[in-house]
Amino acid sequence: MFCEKAVELVRELHRLRDGQLPAFNEDGLRQVLQEMESLYDQNQADVNEAKAGRSDLIPSIKLRHSCLLRNQRCITAYLYDRLLRIRALRWGYGSVLPANVRFHMCAEEVEWFGQYKKSLAAFMRSIGGGEGLDITQDMKPPKSLYIQVRCLKDHGEFEIDDGTVILLKKNSQHFLPRWKCEHLIRQGVLEHVLS
Amino acid sequence: MDAQSYHPVPPGVGTEENFLSLDDILLSHQRLPVRTECAFPRLGFLDRSSDSEDLPEGTKMELPLWLSKGLYERKRRVLSVKLPNVYREGWRTVFTADPNVVNLHKMGPYYYGLGSQMLHFDSPENTDIAQTLLQTFIGRFRRVMDCSQNAYNEDTSSLLERLDCLEKALFQAGQSGLNGFQSWEKGRASQLTASSLVLNYRKRKMADVED
Repeated sequence: MFCEKAVELVRELHRLRDGQLPAFNEDGLRQVLQEMESLYDQNQADVNEAKAGRSDLIPSIKLRHSCLLRNQRCITAYLYDRLLRIRALRWGYGSVLPANVRFHMCAEEVEWFGQYKKSLAAFMRSIGGGEGLDITQDMKPPKSLYIQVRCLKDHGEFEIDDGTVILLKKNSQHFLPRWKCEHLIRQGVLEHVLS
Repeated sequence: MDAQSYHPVPPGVGTEENFLSLDDILLSHQRLPVRTECAFPRLGFLDRSSDSEDLPEGTKMELPLWLSKGLYERKRRVLSVKLPNVYREGWRTVFTADPNVVNLHKMGPYYYGLGSQMLHFDSPENTDIAQTLLQTFIGRFRRVMDCSQNAYNEDTSSLLERLDCLEKALFQAGQSGLNGFQSWEKGRASQLTASSLVLNYRKRKMADVED
């Protein structure tokens, strides 16, 4: 039956319901496109024959056409769902993605991510009365200006607004301004400790 | 509630599928017993049991839902679709008697979804099918909601195994609400957390170490 490879692509993403981004299945995509080309060519040939009088070929032409539409649907859904996952990375993780994630994205997706970042940044600059507002901060309503954090891995030196430099060494605890460390918590460098 | 940034395209409601929904694509991949009402030249290979080059009229075979929908025409010169057993009179009576006893996961994991799609094929039993789907859902919903709101921090696999996909999604929604509320009660709602990307990576690393 046609369109099995296309559905496999969809299954690949459906298995990862939590939003993880698997590697870009370039091979799979190419196979689906090849199947579409072959279906299209067969239909072209049959259409010419049908025009010449063989109207009994029409059901077969319709069937192949349904297959083409199905493949198109599967590919579009695959690519779109991947974009949704990549977009979620900007909000959940930050604007600089780790290398192992970028590895899973194809060149066009990397470009899309760059454009999305730019659009988001332009939007954020335009709100908040001229100064801009970082809406990717404070995703949970803040309870205090300063928070207690523990360092989960060595991150080197870290400078806060008043000039003090803090050394982020594994297992050290610090009392830091919330707006400075939110992104480090998201990236897993720091851990928010509740007293 | 943990801010989930990934929001996939949800499945369609009723007889409409969502074009980009992964769930709907998988749902429409399910196979249905059909009978061809006309010949399909040069497509004989679709019927594994025959060797002929053409697919003759009157062939009984299985075709996926998406293809059946694509080919079906009201004038019925192309395809006739047989109603799967689960939606027929026999099973319908069982569902009306006690909807809670049935293992909807076994009856095809997309019981409601596929049932709604079957309405496209103009069966004379359509009104009854639609009624049964609705009544079954109403009958089971109370229990699904109850379980999802009361199963905290326990293994829910035994509760989930008899649910169809729609009910499972509702169950997960209920659970996430319950977990969110519990974490708020414990005062953990304001705790900043690492992104799911980091948490998944950590989980995978730990699994590798354990192997």
